[in-house]
Amino acid sequence: MPDIIDKNVVQDVERLGTNPGDPLPMLDGHVSHGRFERVLKDGHFAVTTEIAPPDSADPDEVLARASLFDGYVDAINATDGSGAHCHMSSLAVCAILTRVGYSPILQISCRDRNRIAIQGDTLGAAALGVCNALCLSGDGVGAGDHPEAKPVFDFDSISLTRTLRILRDESRFLSGRKIDLAPKLFIGSSINPFVPPVENRVNQLAKKIEAGAEYIQSQYCFDLPVLKDFMARAVDMGLTENCYILPGVGVLPSARTAKWMRDNVPGVHIPDSVIKRMKQADKPLREGRKICIELMQQIKEIPGVSGVHVMAYRQEKWVGDVVKKSGVLDGRTPWSPNSAETTIGTVN
Amino acid sequence: MYSLRRWSVRHARFMEALYNTVNPAILVTLRGITKVFGTKLDKPITAAEAGLKGLLFDCQMCGSCALSKTGMSCPMNCPKTIRNGPCGGVRPNGMCEVKPDMKCVWVDAWDGASRMKNSDAIKSIEFAVDHRDKGRSTWLKLAREGETVNDKEATNA
Ligand code: SF4
Repeated sequence: MPDIIDKNVVQDVERLGTNPGDPLPMLDGHVSHGRFERVLKDGHFAVTTEIAPPDSADPDEVLARASLFDGYVDAINATDGSGAHCHMSSLAVCAILTRVGYSPILQISCRDRNRIAIQGDTLGAAALGVCNALCLSGDGVGAGDHPEAKPVFDFDSISLTRTLRILRDESRFLSGRKIDLAPKLFIGSSINPFVPPVENRVNQLAKKIEAGAEYIQSQYCFDLPVLKDFMARAVDMGLTENCYILPGVGVLPSARTAKWMRDNVPGVHIPDSVIKRMKQADKPLREGRKICIELMQQIKEIPGVSGVHVMAYRQEKWVGDVVKKSGVLDGRTPWSPNSAETTIGTVN
Repeated sequence: MYSLRRWSVRHARFMEALYNTVNPAILVTLRGITKVFGTKLDKPITAAEAGLKGLLFDCQMCGSCALSKTGMSCPMNCPKTIRNGPCGGVRPNGMCEVKPDMKCVWVDAWDGASRMKNSDAIKSIEFAVDHRDKGRSTWLKLAREGETVNDKEATNA
Protein backbone atom coordinates (compact mmCIF):
# COMPACT_ATOMS: atom_id res chain seq x y z
CA MET A 1 0.00 0.00 0.00
CA PRO A 2 2.64 2.59 0.97
CA ASP A 3 4.10 2.01 -2.49
CA ILE A 4 0.91 3.12 -4.12
CA ILE A 5 0.66 6.21 -1.94
CA ASP A 6 4.24 7.12 -2.69
CA LYS A 7 3.60 6.67 -6.36
CA ASN A 8 0.60 8.97 -6.16
CA VAL A 9 2.59 11.57 -4.31
CA VAL A 10 5.35 11.34 -6.88
CA GLN A 11 2.80 11.63 -9.64
CA ASP A 12 1.22 14.64 -8.00
CA VAL A 13 4.56 16.32 -7.53
CA GLU A 14 5.31 15.60 -11.16
CA ARG A 15 2.01 17.04 -12.20
CA LEU A 16 2.01 19.94 -9.81
CA GLY A 17 5.54 20.78 -8.87
CA THR A 18 6.41 21.37 -5.23
CA ASN A 19 5.17 24.93 -5.07
CA PRO A 20 1.53 25.51 -5.96
CA GLY A 21 2.62 28.55 -7.93
CA ASP A 22 4.90 26.50 -10.19
CA PRO A 23 3.70 25.85 -13.71
CA LEU A 24 2.27 22.40 -14.30
CA PRO A 25 3.98 20.22 -16.87
CA MET A 26 2.37 20.66 -20.24
CA LEU A 27 0.35 17.64 -21.30
CA ASP A 28 0.33 16.23 -24.83
CA GLY A 29 -1.88 18.20 -27.14
CA HIS A 30 -2.14 21.07 -24.67
CA VAL A 31 -1.09 24.63 -25.38
CA SER A 32 -0.65 25.90 -21.82
CA HIS A 33 0.69 24.80 -18.46
CA GLY A 34 -2.61 25.63 -16.89
CA ARG A 35 -5.24 23.78 -14.96
CA PHE A 36 -8.16 25.46 -16.70
CA GLU A 37 -7.21 23.95 -20.05
CA ARG A 38 -6.80 20.56 -18.35
CA VAL A 39 -10.29 20.68 -16.87
CA LEU A 40 -11.86 21.47 -20.25
CA LYS A 41 -9.77 19.02 -22.21
CA ASP A 42 -10.56 16.27 -19.70
CA GLY A 43 -14.18 16.78 -20.64
CA HIS A 44 -15.37 18.22 -17.34
CA PHE A 45 -18.05 20.87 -17.12
CA ALA A 46 -15.99 23.88 -16.10
CA VAL A 47 -16.99 26.78 -13.88
CA THR A 48 -15.28 30.13 -14.09
CA THR A 49 -15.98 33.35 -12.28
CA GLU A 50 -14.87 36.94 -12.13
CA ILE A 51 -12.88 38.73 -9.45
CA ALA A 52 -13.39 42.45 -8.97
CA PRO A 53 -9.88 43.96 -8.76
CA PRO A 54 -9.64 46.16 -5.67
CA ASP A 55 -9.22 49.92 -5.59
CA SER A 56 -6.15 49.32 -3.54
CA ALA A 57 -2.50 48.33 -3.73
CA ASP A 58 -3.07 45.58 -1.18
CA PRO A 59 -2.28 42.06 -2.42
CA ASP A 60 -4.04 40.47 0.55
CA GLU A 61 -7.27 42.04 -0.60
CA VAL A 62 -6.90 40.20 -3.92
CA LEU A 63 -6.29 36.89 -2.16
CA ALA A 64 -9.19 37.49 0.21
CA ARG A 65 -11.53 38.13 -2.70
CA ALA A 66 -10.30 35.04 -4.55
CA SER A 67 -10.68 32.79 -1.51
CA LEU A 68 -14.45 33.31 -1.63
CA PHE A 69 -14.49 31.00 -4.65
CA ASP A 70 -12.30 28.25 -3.17
CA GLY A 71 -13.40 24.81 -4.19
CA TYR A 72 -16.08 25.98 -6.60
CA VAL A 73 -14.39 27.43 -9.66
CA ASP A 74 -11.76 26.26 -12.12
CA ALA A 75 -10.54 29.68 -13.20
CA ILE A 76 -10.92 33.29 -12.16
CA ASN A 77 -11.17 36.14 -14.64
CA ALA A 78 -9.32 39.26 -13.58
CA THR A 79 -11.14 42.12 -15.25
CA ASP A 80 -9.19 44.82 -17.09
CA GLY A 81 -10.62 48.19 -16.13
CA SER A 82 -14.16 46.88 -16.59
CA GLY A 83 -16.79 49.47 -17.31
CA ALA A 84 -13.85 51.78 -18.08
CA HIS A 85 -13.26 52.25 -14.37
CA CYS A 86 -9.79 52.30 -12.92
CA HIS A 87 -8.86 49.45 -10.54
CA MET A 88 -5.81 47.32 -9.84
CA SER A 89 -4.57 46.02 -13.19
CA SER A 90 -5.59 42.63 -14.49
CA LEU A 91 -1.96 41.62 -14.91
CA ALA A 92 -1.11 42.40 -11.30
CA VAL A 93 -4.18 40.59 -9.96
CA CYS A 94 -3.26 37.55 -12.05
CA ALA A 95 0.33 37.61 -10.87
CA ILE A 96 -0.76 37.68 -7.24
CA LEU A 97 -3.17 34.81 -7.85
CA THR A 98 -0.63 32.60 -9.62
CA ARG A 99 1.75 32.86 -6.65
CA VAL A 100 -0.55 30.67 -4.61
CA GLY A 101 -1.58 28.42 -7.45
CA TYR A 102 -4.89 29.80 -8.69
CA SER A 103 -5.74 29.68 -12.40
CA PRO A 104 -6.43 33.27 -13.31
CA ILE A 105 -7.63 34.39 -16.72
CA LEU A 106 -5.92 37.59 -17.83
CA GLN A 107 -8.53 39.83 -19.44
CA ILE A 108 -6.98 42.05 -22.09
CA SER A 109 -9.03 44.95 -23.32
CA CYS A 110 -8.08 46.96 -26.41
CA ARG A 111 -9.24 50.23 -24.92
CA ASP A 112 -6.17 51.29 -22.96
CA ARG A 113 -3.11 49.82 -24.65
CA ASN A 114 -1.68 49.67 -28.13
CA ARG A 115 -0.01 46.71 -29.81
CA ILE A 116 3.39 47.46 -28.31
CA ALA A 117 2.09 47.49 -24.74
CA ILE A 118 -0.19 44.50 -25.19
CA GLN A 119 2.48 42.23 -26.64
CA GLY A 120 4.87 43.19 -23.87
CA ASP A 121 2.27 42.56 -21.17
CA THR A 122 1.47 39.19 -22.70
CA LEU A 123 5.07 38.04 -22.34
CA GLY A 124 5.15 39.45 -18.84
CA ALA A 125 1.96 37.65 -17.86
CA ALA A 126 3.26 34.30 -19.08
CA ALA A 127 6.53 34.91 -17.25
CA LEU A 128 4.54 35.47 -14.05
CA GLY A 129 2.79 32.13 -14.42
CA VAL A 130 -0.43 33.23 -16.11
CA CYS A 131 -1.74 30.48 -18.38
CA ASN A 132 -4.97 31.95 -19.78
CA ALA A 133 -5.86 35.12 -21.60
CA LEU A 134 -9.21 36.52 -22.70
CA CYS A 135 -9.31 38.97 -25.60
CA LEU A 136 -11.91 41.73 -25.36
CA SER A 137 -12.63 44.95 -27.21
CA GLY A 138 -13.42 46.77 -23.98
CA ASP A 139 -16.09 49.23 -22.95
CA GLY A 140 -15.90 52.77 -24.30
CA VAL A 141 -14.16 55.29 -22.03
CA GLY A 142 -17.40 57.26 -21.74
CA ALA A 143 -18.89 54.46 -19.63
CA GLY A 144 -16.38 54.95 -16.83
CA ASP A 145 -15.08 57.44 -14.33
CA HIS A 146 -12.44 58.91 -16.66
CA PRO A 147 -14.50 59.88 -19.70
CA GLU A 148 -11.83 62.41 -20.66
CA ALA A 149 -9.30 59.62 -21.32
CA LYS A 150 -7.99 58.85 -24.80
CA PRO A 151 -9.50 55.64 -26.15
CA VAL A 152 -6.76 53.56 -27.79
CA PHE A 153 -8.43 50.70 -29.69
CA ASP A 154 -5.36 49.97 -31.77
CA PHE A 155 -6.74 46.41 -32.01
CA ASP A 156 -10.17 44.88 -31.85
CA SER A 157 -10.73 41.60 -30.03
CA ILE A 158 -10.22 39.59 -33.22
CA SER A 159 -6.91 41.20 -34.18
CA LEU A 160 -5.85 40.81 -30.57
CA THR A 161 -6.72 37.11 -30.57
CA ARG A 162 -4.76 36.55 -33.73
CA THR A 163 -1.81 38.47 -32.30
CA LEU A 164 -1.70 36.29 -29.19
CA ARG A 165 -1.75 33.21 -31.39
CA ILE A 166 1.18 34.59 -33.38
CA LEU A 167 3.14 35.29 -30.19
CA ARG A 168 2.46 31.80 -28.90
CA ASP A 169 2.48 29.64 -32.03
CA GLU A 170 5.03 31.43 -34.18
CA SER A 171 7.15 32.69 -31.31
CA ARG A 172 7.51 36.13 -32.84
CA PHE A 173 6.19 39.64 -32.41
CA LEU A 174 3.91 41.13 -35.05
CA SER A 175 6.97 42.90 -36.40
CA GLY A 176 8.54 39.52 -37.11
CA ARG A 177 11.16 39.84 -34.38
CA LYS A 178 11.79 36.49 -32.73
CA ILE A 179 10.67 35.64 -29.19
CA ASP A 180 13.03 33.29 -27.36
CA LEU A 181 10.41 31.66 -25.16
CA ALA A 182 6.84 31.93 -26.43
CA PRO A 183 4.02 32.79 -23.98
CA LYS A 184 2.15 29.51 -23.52
CA LEU A 185 -1.33 30.88 -23.05
CA PHE A 186 -4.71 29.24 -23.50
CA ILE A 187 -6.43 31.92 -25.55
CA GLY A 188 -10.08 32.88 -25.41
CA SER A 189 -12.48 35.62 -26.30
CA SER A 190 -16.03 36.69 -25.53
CA ILE A 191 -19.33 36.75 -27.35
CA ASN A 192 -22.67 38.41 -26.75
CA PRO A 193 -25.40 36.41 -28.50
CA PHE A 194 -28.15 38.52 -26.92
CA VAL A 195 -27.82 41.90 -28.64
CA PRO A 196 -28.18 42.98 -32.27
CA PRO A 197 -27.40 41.76 -34.82
CA VAL A 198 -28.60 38.56 -33.11
CA GLU A 199 -28.74 36.59 -36.35
CA ASN A 200 -25.09 37.39 -37.13
CA ARG A 201 -23.62 36.73 -33.72
CA VAL A 202 -22.83 33.17 -34.69
CA ASN A 203 -20.82 34.53 -37.64
CA GLN A 204 -18.95 36.70 -35.20
CA LEU A 205 -18.24 33.59 -33.14
CA ALA A 206 -16.92 31.87 -36.27
CA LYS A 207 -14.58 34.78 -36.91
CA LYS A 208 -13.29 34.68 -33.35
CA ILE A 209 -12.57 30.99 -33.62
CA GLU A 210 -10.89 31.47 -36.97
CA ALA A 211 -8.77 34.20 -35.39
CA GLY A 212 -7.63 31.64 -32.84
CA ALA A 213 -10.01 31.63 -29.87
CA GLU A 214 -9.83 28.30 -28.04
CA TYR A 215 -12.56 29.05 -25.54
CA ILE A 216 -15.35 31.60 -25.36
CA GLN A 217 -17.09 33.17 -22.39
CA SER A 218 -20.37 34.93 -23.05
CA GLN A 219 -22.09 38.00 -21.73
CA TYR A 220 -24.87 37.37 -19.15
CA CYS A 221 -27.48 34.91 -20.34
CA PHE A 222 -30.94 35.57 -18.96
CA ASP A 223 -32.69 34.56 -22.16
CA LEU A 224 -32.38 30.83 -22.64
CA PRO A 225 -34.22 30.49 -25.98
CA VAL A 226 -31.80 32.95 -27.60
CA LEU A 227 -28.83 31.01 -26.24
CA LYS A 228 -30.29 27.70 -27.37
CA ASP A 229 -30.78 29.01 -30.86
CA PHE A 230 -27.28 30.45 -30.94
CA MET A 231 -25.73 27.20 -29.71
CA ALA A 232 -27.73 25.09 -32.15
CA ARG A 233 -26.36 27.16 -35.01
CA ALA A 234 -22.85 27.04 -33.58
CA VAL A 235 -23.02 23.24 -33.32
CA ASP A 236 -24.41 22.99 -36.86
CA MET A 237 -21.52 25.04 -38.16
CA GLY A 238 -19.07 22.79 -36.33
CA LEU A 239 -17.87 25.68 -34.20
CA THR A 240 -17.96 23.74 -30.94
CA GLU A 241 -15.58 21.08 -32.19
CA ASN A 242 -12.46 23.12 -31.61
CA CYS A 243 -13.67 25.66 -29.12
CA TYR A 244 -15.11 25.43 -25.61
CA ILE A 245 -18.12 27.64 -24.97
CA LEU A 246 -18.93 28.89 -21.48
CA PRO A 247 -22.10 30.98 -21.37
CA GLY A 248 -22.23 33.66 -18.72
CA VAL A 249 -24.74 33.67 -15.88
CA GLY A 250 -25.41 36.29 -13.27
CA VAL A 251 -26.82 36.67 -9.79
CA LEU A 252 -29.37 39.48 -9.67
CA PRO A 253 -29.94 41.13 -6.27
CA SER A 254 -33.23 42.92 -6.99
CA ALA A 255 -35.63 43.95 -9.72
CA ARG A 256 -34.37 47.50 -9.43
CA THR A 257 -30.74 46.55 -9.96
CA ALA A 258 -31.73 44.28 -12.82
CA LYS A 259 -33.50 47.17 -14.51
CA TRP A 260 -30.61 49.48 -13.81
CA MET A 261 -28.15 46.99 -15.30
CA ARG A 262 -30.28 46.56 -18.38
CA ASP A 263 -30.42 50.30 -18.94
CA ASN A 264 -26.89 51.24 -17.96
CA VAL A 265 -24.45 48.36 -18.42
CA PRO A 266 -23.54 47.98 -22.09
CA GLY A 267 -24.62 44.69 -23.64
CA VAL A 268 -26.80 43.39 -20.81
CA HIS A 269 -30.08 41.91 -21.97
CA ILE A 270 -32.60 40.92 -19.31
CA PRO A 271 -36.09 39.92 -20.48
CA ASP A 272 -39.10 41.55 -18.82
CA SER A 273 -40.22 38.17 -17.55
CA VAL A 274 -37.07 37.87 -15.42
CA ILE A 275 -37.52 41.35 -14.00
CA LYS A 276 -41.15 40.58 -13.26
CA ARG A 277 -40.19 37.40 -11.47
CA MET A 278 -37.70 39.35 -9.34
CA LYS A 279 -40.33 41.99 -8.58
CA GLN A 280 -42.93 39.49 -7.47
CA ALA A 281 -40.57 37.50 -5.28
CA ASP A 282 -40.91 37.77 -1.49
CA LYS A 283 -37.18 37.36 -1.08
CA PRO A 284 -35.61 38.88 -4.18
CA LEU A 285 -32.04 38.02 -3.12
CA ARG A 286 -32.93 34.38 -2.87
CA GLU A 287 -34.92 34.54 -6.08
CA GLY A 288 -31.93 36.01 -7.91
CA ARG A 289 -29.82 33.06 -6.87
CA LYS A 290 -32.58 30.65 -7.77
CA ILE A 291 -32.78 32.10 -11.25
CA CYS A 292 -29.03 31.74 -11.60
CA ILE A 293 -29.10 28.13 -10.41
CA GLU A 294 -31.90 27.20 -12.80
CA LEU A 295 -30.09 28.83 -15.70
CA MET A 296 -26.88 26.98 -14.91
CA GLN A 297 -28.69 23.67 -14.81
CA GLN A 298 -30.49 24.36 -18.07
CA ILE A 299 -27.39 25.67 -19.80
CA LYS A 300 -25.52 22.52 -18.86
CA GLU A 301 -28.00 20.51 -20.90
CA ILE A 302 -27.50 22.53 -24.09
CA PRO A 303 -25.43 20.64 -26.67
CA GLY A 304 -22.05 22.21 -27.34
CA VAL A 305 -21.72 23.94 -23.98
CA SER A 306 -18.56 23.17 -21.97
CA GLY A 307 -19.10 25.17 -18.80
CA VAL A 308 -20.49 28.33 -17.28
CA HIS A 309 -19.01 31.68 -16.38
CA VAL A 310 -20.57 33.06 -13.19
CA MET A 311 -20.54 36.83 -12.86
CA ALA A 312 -21.70 38.04 -9.48
CA TYR A 313 -20.51 41.59 -9.06
CA ARG A 314 -20.91 42.59 -5.40
CA GLN A 315 -22.49 39.22 -4.79
CA GLU A 316 -19.27 37.24 -4.92
CA LYS A 317 -19.94 35.55 -1.61
CA TRP A 318 -22.82 33.72 -3.25
CA VAL A 319 -20.85 32.17 -6.10
CA GLY A 320 -19.95 29.06 -4.13
CA ASP A 321 -23.55 28.69 -3.00
CA VAL A 322 -25.08 28.82 -6.47
CA VAL A 323 -22.44 26.53 -7.94
CA LYS A 324 -22.99 24.00 -5.17
CA LYS A 325 -26.78 24.09 -5.33
CA SER A 326 -26.80 23.84 -9.11
CA GLY A 327 -24.85 20.60 -9.00
CA VAL A 328 -23.16 21.40 -12.29
CA LEU A 329 -19.79 20.22 -10.98
CA ASP A 330 -21.14 16.68 -10.62
CA GLY A 331 -19.49 16.31 -7.24
CA ARG A 332 -16.11 17.48 -8.51
CA THR A 333 -14.13 19.86 -6.30
CA PRO A 334 -11.94 22.26 -8.23
CA TRP A 335 -8.44 22.92 -6.91
CA SER A 336 -7.96 25.54 -4.27
CA PRO A 337 -4.87 26.52 -2.25
CA ASN A 338 -6.01 25.44 1.18
CA SER A 339 -8.25 22.47 0.83
CA ALA A 340 -6.61 19.09 1.31
CA GLU A 341 -9.58 17.27 -0.14
CA THR A 342 -9.60 19.08 -3.43
CA THR A 343 -9.05 16.95 -6.45
CA ILE A 344 -5.88 18.30 -7.83
CA GLY A 345 -6.00 19.78 -11.29
CA THR A 346 -8.59 17.51 -12.74
CA VAL A 347 -10.34 14.44 -11.51
CA ASN A 348 -9.14 11.16 -12.87
CA MET B 1 -23.06 62.67 -44.04
CA TYR B 2 -24.98 60.41 -41.67
CA SER B 3 -28.15 60.16 -43.75
CA LEU B 4 -26.25 59.48 -46.96
CA ARG B 5 -24.10 56.89 -45.34
CA ARG B 6 -27.18 55.06 -44.04
CA TRP B 7 -28.58 55.25 -47.56
CA SER B 8 -25.38 53.72 -48.94
CA VAL B 9 -25.75 50.76 -46.59
CA ARG B 10 -29.39 50.26 -47.49
CA HIS B 11 -28.36 50.29 -51.14
CA ALA B 12 -25.24 48.25 -50.57
CA ARG B 13 -26.04 46.01 -53.54
CA PHE B 14 -26.22 48.98 -55.87
CA MET B 15 -23.13 50.57 -54.34
CA GLU B 16 -21.28 47.30 -54.73
CA ALA B 17 -22.19 47.11 -58.41
CA LEU B 18 -21.25 50.75 -58.87
CA TYR B 19 -17.97 50.18 -57.09
CA ASN B 20 -17.20 47.10 -59.16
CA THR B 21 -17.71 48.99 -62.42
CA VAL B 22 -16.30 52.37 -61.47
CA ASN B 23 -13.35 51.23 -59.41
CA PRO B 24 -11.39 49.49 -62.21
CA ALA B 25 -11.88 52.57 -64.36
CA ILE B 26 -10.62 54.83 -61.57
CA LEU B 27 -7.63 52.59 -61.00
CA VAL B 28 -6.73 52.46 -64.70
CA THR B 29 -6.97 56.24 -64.93
CA LEU B 30 -4.92 56.69 -61.78
CA ARG B 31 -2.31 54.25 -63.02
CA GLY B 32 -1.97 56.38 -66.15
CA ILE B 33 -1.84 59.59 -64.14
CA THR B 34 0.77 58.34 -61.70
CA LYS B 35 2.90 57.08 -64.60
CA VAL B 36 2.93 60.51 -66.18
CA PHE B 37 2.90 62.77 -63.14
CA GLY B 38 4.55 60.60 -60.48
CA THR B 39 3.46 61.82 -57.06
CA LYS B 40 2.73 65.39 -58.19
CA LEU B 41 -1.05 64.93 -58.24
CA ASP B 42 -1.29 62.82 -55.07
CA LYS B 43 -2.74 65.68 -53.04
CA PRO B 44 -5.72 66.53 -55.26
CA ILE B 45 -6.40 62.85 -55.94
CA THR B 46 -6.41 62.14 -52.20
CA ALA B 47 -8.68 65.13 -51.66
CA ALA B 48 -11.06 63.87 -54.36
CA GLU B 49 -11.23 60.44 -52.75
CA ALA B 50 -11.78 61.96 -49.32
CA GLY B 51 -14.52 64.23 -50.70
CA LEU B 52 -16.43 61.58 -52.57
CA LYS B 53 -16.13 58.78 -50.03
CA GLY B 54 -16.63 61.27 -47.22
CA LEU B 55 -19.93 62.31 -48.68
CA LEU B 56 -21.20 58.80 -49.38
CA PHE B 57 -19.76 56.83 -46.47
CA ASP B 58 -18.41 59.33 -43.92
CA CYS B 59 -15.07 57.85 -44.94
CA GLN B 60 -12.33 58.57 -42.40
CA MET B 61 -9.46 57.99 -44.86
CA CYS B 62 -7.86 55.17 -42.88
CA GLY B 63 -5.87 54.32 -45.97
CA SER B 64 -6.95 50.64 -45.95
CA CYS B 65 -10.44 50.81 -47.36
CA ALA B 66 -12.61 47.88 -46.30
CA LEU B 67 -16.02 49.08 -47.56
CA SER B 68 -16.48 46.14 -49.93
CA LYS B 69 -16.02 43.79 -46.97
CA THR B 70 -18.12 45.73 -44.49
CA GLY B 71 -21.45 46.04 -46.24
CA MET B 72 -20.49 49.55 -47.40
CA SER B 73 -20.51 50.76 -43.78
CA CYS B 74 -17.22 52.47 -42.92
CA PRO B 75 -15.83 50.72 -39.80
CA MET B 76 -13.76 53.75 -38.88
CA ASN B 77 -16.99 55.47 -37.81
CA CYS B 78 -17.21 52.96 -34.98
CA PRO B 79 -16.05 54.86 -31.88
CA LYS B 80 -13.88 51.84 -31.05
CA THR B 81 -12.66 51.64 -34.68
CA ILE B 82 -13.47 47.95 -34.62
CA ARG B 83 -12.56 46.27 -37.92
CA ASN B 84 -14.31 42.97 -37.13
CA GLY B 85 -17.46 43.94 -35.37
CA PRO B 86 -19.72 44.56 -33.73
CA CYS B 87 -18.67 44.73 -30.11
CA GLY B 88 -20.83 43.24 -27.39
CA GLY B 89 -22.27 46.56 -26.29
CA VAL B 90 -24.78 47.22 -29.08
CA ARG B 91 -28.04 48.58 -27.68
CA PRO B 92 -31.27 46.55 -27.98
CA ASN B 93 -32.49 48.94 -30.68
CA GLY B 94 -29.29 48.45 -32.68
CA MET B 95 -27.81 51.79 -31.71
CA CYS B 96 -24.17 52.25 -30.73
CA GLU B 97 -23.07 51.67 -27.16
CA VAL B 98 -20.87 54.76 -27.16
CA LYS B 99 -23.00 57.08 -29.30
CA PRO B 100 -26.66 56.30 -28.58
CA ASP B 101 -27.84 58.51 -31.44
CA MET B 102 -25.88 56.60 -34.06
CA LYS B 103 -26.82 53.25 -35.52
CA CYS B 104 -24.04 50.78 -34.73
CA VAL B 105 -21.91 50.78 -37.88
CA TRP B 106 -21.50 47.03 -37.59
CA VAL B 107 -25.22 46.34 -37.30
CA ASP B 108 -25.40 48.32 -40.53
CA ALA B 109 -22.41 46.45 -41.91
CA TRP B 110 -23.97 42.99 -41.50
CA ASP B 111 -27.23 44.34 -42.88
CA GLY B 112 -25.45 45.89 -45.86
CA ALA B 113 -23.43 42.73 -46.44
CA SER B 114 -26.60 40.63 -46.54
CA ARG B 115 -27.80 42.78 -49.45
CA MET B 116 -24.58 42.42 -51.40
CA LYS B 117 -23.70 39.88 -54.02
CA ASN B 118 -20.52 39.01 -52.22
CA SER B 119 -22.24 38.81 -48.86
CA ASP B 120 -19.56 36.50 -47.45
CA ALA B 121 -16.73 39.00 -47.73
CA ILE B 122 -17.60 40.33 -44.28
CA LYS B 123 -16.85 36.91 -42.80
CA SER B 124 -13.14 37.13 -43.47
CA ILE B 125 -10.88 38.64 -40.83
CA GLU B 126 -9.53 42.15 -41.28
CA PHE B 127 -6.35 42.64 -39.31
CA ALA B 128 -5.83 45.92 -37.42
CA VAL B 129 -5.02 48.88 -39.65
CA ASP B 130 -1.57 50.28 -40.26
CA HIS B 131 -1.80 53.70 -38.66
CA ARG B 132 0.87 55.11 -40.93
CA ASP B 133 -1.66 54.98 -43.77
CA LYS B 134 -4.09 57.35 -42.10
CA GLY B 135 -4.99 60.21 -44.42
CA ARG B 136 -3.52 58.44 -47.42
CA SER B 137 -5.44 57.48 -50.52
CA THR B 138 -6.49 53.84 -50.89
CA TRP B 139 -7.06 54.42 -54.59
CA LEU B 140 -3.48 55.52 -55.13
CA LYS B 141 -2.22 52.64 -53.03
CA LEU B 142 -4.16 50.16 -55.15
CA ALA B 143 -3.13 51.86 -58.38
CA ARG B 144 0.53 51.67 -57.38
CA GLU B 145 0.24 48.12 -56.09
CA GLY B 146 -1.35 47.18 -59.39
CA GLU B 147 1.52 48.87 -61.13
CA THR B 148 4.11 46.83 -59.35
CA VAL B 149 2.14 43.66 -60.01
CA ASN B 150 1.86 44.55 -63.69
CA ASP B 151 5.51 45.49 -63.87
CA LYS B 152 6.43 42.21 -62.28
CA GLU B 153 4.24 40.35 -64.72
CA ALA B 154 5.86 42.28 -67.54
CA THR B 155 9.35 41.38 -66.40
CA ASN B 156 8.34 37.78 -65.92
CA ALA B 157 6.90 37.58 -69.41
S1 SF4 C 1 -21.90 49.51 -30.78
FE1 SF4 C 1 -21.17 49.25 -32.88
S2 SF4 C 1 -20.45 51.26 -33.52
FE2 SF4 C 1 -20.69 51.34 -31.29
S3 SF4 C 1 -18.67 50.81 -30.49
FE3 SF4 C 1 -19.77 48.87 -30.62
S4 SF4 C 1 -19.28 48.06 -32.67
FE4 SF4 C 1 -18.68 50.21 -32.67
